[in-house]
Amino acid sequence: MTFSWHRVGAIVKKELKDYRRNRFVVILTMTVLPLVFVLLPVIQLFTIRVSEISSSKLDTRIGISLLYMLIVPAIIPSALSAYSVIGEREQGTLEPLLTTPIRSEELLVGKALAVSIPTLVVAYAIYGIFLIAVGAFANPALQVVVFGQAHLLVELLFIPLLAGWSIWVGIAISTRSADVRVAQQLSVFASLAPLIIVALLALNVIKPTLVLTLLLAAGLLVLDSVGWRLVALMFDRERLIVGEPR
Amino acid sequence: MTSSTTFGSKAARVRAAGEPALVVEHLTKHFGSRIALDDVCFEVEQGEVFGLLGPNGAGKTTMIRILGTLIKPTFGNATVTGISLSRETGSEIRARISIMPETPGLYLRLTVWENLECFAGLYQLSHVNERIRKALASVNLADRQNELCGSLSKGLRQRVALARSLLSDPAVLFLDEPTSGLDPVAAHEVHDLIGALREHGVTTLVTTHRLEEAERLCDRVAIVNTKLLLVGKPDTLRADLFSRKLEVRLSSRLRDPSRVFSEVLGVKHWEEPEAGSYLLDVEDPDLVAPPLIRTLVGCGADVLAVGERRHSLEDVYLQLIGDGAGERK
Ligand SMILES: Nc1ncnc2c1ncn2[C@@H]1O[C@H](COP(=O)(O)OP(=O)(O)OP(=O)(O)O)[C@@H](O)[C@H]1O
Ligand SMILES: [Mg+2]
Repeated sequence: MTFSWHRVGAIVKKELKDYRRNRFVVILTMTVLPLVFVLLPVIQLFTIRVSEISSSKLDTRIGISLLYMLIVPAIIPSALSAYSVIGEREQGTLEPLLTTPIRSEELLVGKALAVSIPTLVVAYAIYGIFLIAVGAFANPALQVVVFGQAHLLVELLFIPLLAGWSIWVGIAISTRSADVRVAQQLSVFASLAPLIIVALLALNVIKPTLVLTLLLAAGLLVLDSVGWRLVALMFDRERLIVGEPR
Repeated sequence: MTSSTTFGSKAARVRAAGEPALVVEHLTKHFGSRIALDDVCFEVEQGEVFGLLGPNGAGKTTMIRILGTLIKPTFGNATVTGISLSRETGSEIRARISIMPETPGLYLRLTVWENLECFAGLYQLSHVNERIRKALASVNLADRQNELCGSLSKGLRQRVALARSLLSDPAVLFLDEPTSGLDPVAAHEVHDLIGALREHGVTTLVTTHRLEEAERLCDRVAIVNTKLLLVGKPDTLRADLFSRKLEVRLSSRLRDPSRVFSEVLGVKHWEEPEAGSYLLDVEDPDLVAPPLIRTLVGCGADVLAVGERRHSLEDVYLQLIGDGAGERK
């Protein structure tokens, strides 16, 4: 039997219903993260003194505020995807799930898609609110930089790429760990790893050239697109059913 | 292997008429140094209800997990609906069977209906609404379909899990202790349901600790305790292990029972467990009972009851497992 998008769809639908009724997920994605990650960058930009406007400090400030935008797509998946497999195992739902014809790859792709939907919606929404705030209220000198092509490109490109990385790393950790909490903590760390490079770029420690940015993006794209294959290799049905519980 | 992919349909079920639904050959499973199953062989015919009996830790769940392609055997092999267990055939086998595990494993934040809907998608079923309605009706849960599974009692969750396993119209159904946690009425309904599935030609492998359940439901039972101890029809198992006995109750004790019973042809041995009650070892109770009653009446005894003492499957089980069960932790 070949890969079935029908079965992937069944998993995605079920996961999204489950998220909607999960208070932790709703509060995290709908209130805590938007509040924090809209407020922090806005504070960064709106507390700039007029004397700084033309200095190099401006770039740093903007770099930091845009970096906040990229933490969102890294953080949301690490909470959700780290839970995806070990969570089902702890609830006892993994065994019935694996008794259906579903293939490991289908299960993993379904889980990943389900995580990516709220992640991308929330991440782009936060970025959108940030842009509106800057467009409406910020100093025109700031607006020029924030709406500059280079920054727009980085945000639009890196939101899904970083999300993809976090999702696969989180699921990989989830298939291998024996405890939900450990899995979530590990995957938060792992998901922040590529952000370090992005941070160095944003803060001008590494000179952010277009070539370097695109190379980094291409690297993440490759990792994201082979992620499901790597994780499928790590997915050991037998170990998940009978392995040591913790 | 066959190329038929229409699972659960009549076509799949009878696709190789006469071929056993399950063939288990020398199945062995080790967990580290612990041996869960040791060289077990049996076959289950299409349409049969087959019981797997054994004490805790006997390997029943392990057997179901192996046949359901969840775990791999250490040695040996099996064919399920004619398909041999292997890495490549897992998905194909799972499309033709369904398993109700020991614990229901429902999504507690989803409703009963949504749980079944998810599984209908995973089996790629058509006419989903109709099938879900039918499955829920067969376990009497139609009126609870919109409740969250988290708010259901243990027994109701068990019934949702049973409905879920019926959804895909499987050729072979594996039920791991389907009535544990159910009240007597619900357990009885599950028995009726298994009976009805048998009528439709569904092969069922059921594990249970309730021996009277196995006796009532199963065409054949296997008694396992890591190894396969015995397999056969409940009646045959009884007859093979025990001589048949007639039980006689009189209003008062016989003055000379030895003389009375020696007059009746076919009585091999007698004992008197309590005053006025006698147990006779006989070849064929139907042949011995009439002359026995005449003889008793002839010597003035008041006969209260004469009947065959039936050995239950429980006697068979205890005889086989005996103190051996106690040795296992
Ligand atoms: N994951 C595991 N790791 C180690 N040993 C295991 C594992 N799973 C099962 N076993 C052992 O294998 C043996 C068979 O277990 P199994 O669960 O198949 O028994 P069972 O017949 O289903 O028992 P019960 O009636 O209690 O459900 C037991 O000794 C058990 O301890
Ligand atoms: Mg068991």
